[in-house]
Amino acid sequence: MSAHQHVEGHLPHEPEKATLEGRNKVLGFWIFLGAEVVLFGTLFSAFIALRHQVLDGPHPSHLFELPMVFAATMILLTSSLMSVFAVQAMHRNKMKALIGWLFVTIILGLAFLGLEIYEFNTYVSEGHKMNTSAFSSSFYTLVGFHGAHVAFGVLWISLLIAQLFKKGLTVVTAPKIYLSMIYWHFIDVVWVFIFTVVYLMGKVG
Amino acid sequence: MATHAAHAHAHAHTHTVKRYKGLMDWLTTVDHKKIGILYLLAGFIFFLVGGLEAILIRIQLMKPMNDFVAADTFNELLTMHGTTMIFLAAMPMLFALMNAVIPLQIGARDVAFPFLNALGFWTFFFGGLLLNISWFTGTVPDAGWTSYVPLAGPTYNGTHGVDYYVIGLQIAGIGTLLGGINFMATIINMRAPGMSFMRMPMFTWAIFITSVLIVFAFPVLTVGLVAIMFDRLFQANFFEVGGGGNGVLWEHIFWVFGHPEVYILILPAFGVISEVVATFARKRLFGYSSMVFAIVLIAFLGFMVWAHHMFTTGLGPVANALFSIATMLIAVPTGVKIFNWLFTLWGGSIKFTTANLFAVGFIPTFVLGGVTGVMLASAPADYQYHDSYFVVAHFHYVIVGGLILGIFAGLHYWWPKMFGRMLNEGLGKLTFWTFFTGFHLTFFVQHFLGLLGMPRRVWTYLPNQGFETMNLISSIGAFLMGIGTIVFVVNVIIAWAKPRNAAADAWEDGRTLEWSIPSPPPEYNFKQIPLVRGLDAWWKEKMDGKTAMTPAEPLGPIHMPSPSILPLIMSIGLFIAGFGFMYQNHWVAAGGILVTFVCMFLRSVYDDHGFHIDPEEEEVQA
Ligand SMILES: [Cu+2]
Repeated sequence: MSAHQHVEGHLPHEPEKATLEGRNKVLGFWIFLGAEVVLFGTLFSAFIALRHQVLDGPHPSHLFELPMVFAATMILLTSSLMSVFAVQAMHRNKMKALIGWLFVTIILGLAFLGLEIYEFNTYVSEGHKMNTSAFSSSFYTLVGFHGAHVAFGVLWISLLIAQLFKKGLTVVTAPKIYLSMIYWHFIDVVWVFIFTVVYLMGKVG
Repeated sequence: MATHAAHAHAHAHTHTVKRYKGLMDWLTTVDHKKIGILYLLAGFIFFLVGGLEAILIRIQLMKPMNDFVAADTFNELLTMHGTTMIFLAAMPMLFALMNAVIPLQIGARDVAFPFLNALGFWTFFFGGLLLNISWFTGTVPDAGWTSYVPLAGPTYNGTHGVDYYVIGLQIAGIGTLLGGINFMATIINMRAPGMSFMRMPMFTWAIFITSVLIVFAFPVLTVGLVAIMFDRLFQANFFEVGGGGNGVLWEHIFWVFGHPEVYILILPAFGVISEVVATFARKRLFGYSSMVFAIVLIAFLGFMVWAHHMFTTGLGPVANALFSIATMLIAVPTGVKIFNWLFTLWGGSIKFTTANLFAVGFIPTFVLGGVTGVMLASAPADYQYHDSYFVVAHFHYVIVGGLILGIFAGLHYWWPKMFGRMLNEGLGKLTFWTFFTGFHLTFFVQHFLGLLGMPRRVWTYLPNQGFETMNLISSIGAFLMGIGTIVFVVNVIIAWAKPRNAAADAWEDGRTLEWSIPSPPPEYNFKQIPLVRGLDAWWKEKMDGKTAMTPAEPLGPIHMPSPSILPLIMSIGLFIAGFGFMYQNHWVAAGGILVTFVCMFLRSVYDDHGFHIDPEEEEVQA
């Protein structure tokens, strides 16, 4: 079961599941994502319960700038596709391609974060602050939690790229890459719900 | 399984791992058996703290118009008693049993994530510590363990009291969630060859379902605590009605978590009782598959009954009726379990050890708690019982009469396995009779106090309302429970001084895998992973005339994870950050978070190669 029994270049077909440690990690991470689903589910519930309590703050139909949010959505969806390519490269044991796709993934993640920070700044200047109303509090908490997840993902994947340079693709690094990619898809799926429930429903009222 | 070739290869360049002794060993351990002992120790200390708070409450209520403690101190005591007992005493003691027993019962060498296991313990410990430091800073949580808003909101609770509750539970909750994920993965992935799901011991099943409940219930509490924290620290408006917030939303969030939490507490006790009753009746557990089905059903229904805590909130007759019926439905699978325990005992050659006394005492006590539960589930009747001592009596019958009796049964049963020493049976029986009698004295009369109209959470009451005698009886009962607990402590200390000589199959009638290995087990648990050939795997081998399990792998060096100090430091980081958030010192908050992140970074960057133990070499040395 020791992790270093495979010589580099002789990676098994699915290196992320080659060891018991790897299989444990993959299973444990799926369970963790189950907990994350509940976490975001609760945040969504709170938002849906409070979203009409706008008080004196700007109304969502005036506040939200759909073109920018749509651009952010496309960026994140594309980055998710890039992470699919990354896992495919990993399964074909192509280190350079893997690092390349990971790199593109985090660049797109950073672009998304940049847009989100710009967006929040604009909203605050229009009087939509954390303490404006129950709508604004639940908006910033839900969307902010997602943003924090993206930021964590960017840091995590960057660290993994560094480890790939240092340690190469092994049965130790492969599960880590695989998990970070599932995580990235999960963030993307959550964003699709945010786009629908927060922004589109906010526009129609 | 692990091939010999791999072992041989790994052996060629054995990594030297620093192995600690004494205190450092305990601070760095990732061994599930030691972590179980840490959980037990910390959980039991919090149990004593919560028990002391209960005694102070009962002294105050011993006579009418008493002023033993001030009214606001009383609010703090009842809040801290509930919070401590549920989150810092009951759950950790259950985690102690889970850690001590589950890997052994499924024939594994450790849990799936030993490092996270240690991290879970330390976050729980520092969360609990943070909560209790409130006693020394002078601002103690005082809004009840349910922390209802607006009472717990910034408008009516301007001091830091509730901050301690919110942040302490948030940190401790991380540990619980990690534990849930860990044990789910462990039970799914790490079972010995031959142990199918329907061959798992009942305690393992109970912990599996409990872990599922933790994974799906605790994130709800996390969000609730975040929301109340944002309201208090960043002027958010989740529950502030003036800002458009909604107080009922907190009630929903809290109880969507809170009701499954009740089953997180009681299902492990069900598991313990199933093991103890079958062992000491020396019969196979009656209706195994219906027992499994019953816990799964209880867990499933447990997620759709939360609003029975909110009948008087005003959700309307349709909602009340639905939640009423759903709640009553849970009585059906629970009844299945009660009858199965009785049928297990029926016709068995029963040994009344201390563990079995607690288990047999559990059954009628829990039935009483269940009956009042069905009474409370009836929405119109609940309008009468609500917020009265009837409710206090009900949930103490379920939690103390169910869970705590279950924990005592489990501790007396598995003590030789955990520590290699037998507890004294005479003292154990004295513990049982004092605690059991004290329990019923304390809480039985509280049903009638509630029906007479005594509201819960009151600091004192007027004379001549018919409350005096029953309150006095209740307080005397509480003292008796305290004496029972002290007898248990004395028993533990005496056992400590005795030699470590418990047999592997300490009760001689063990049915499950943990009794097939020495007490306490070696670091690697199983020299060779056993082959499981049926339900009650060890019993089956014994009945076939064997003296050991059939191994499923050849002898060879065993790979072990390295100890690590990082879980402790990560938790200290969160602990420091908690104070930073509370006292609005953003540098301290950022510093604490940074400590935790640096530890995560180190953990990711430095691979843990672990080390190898050769059981044959060890035997030669010994
Ligand atoms: Cu309930």
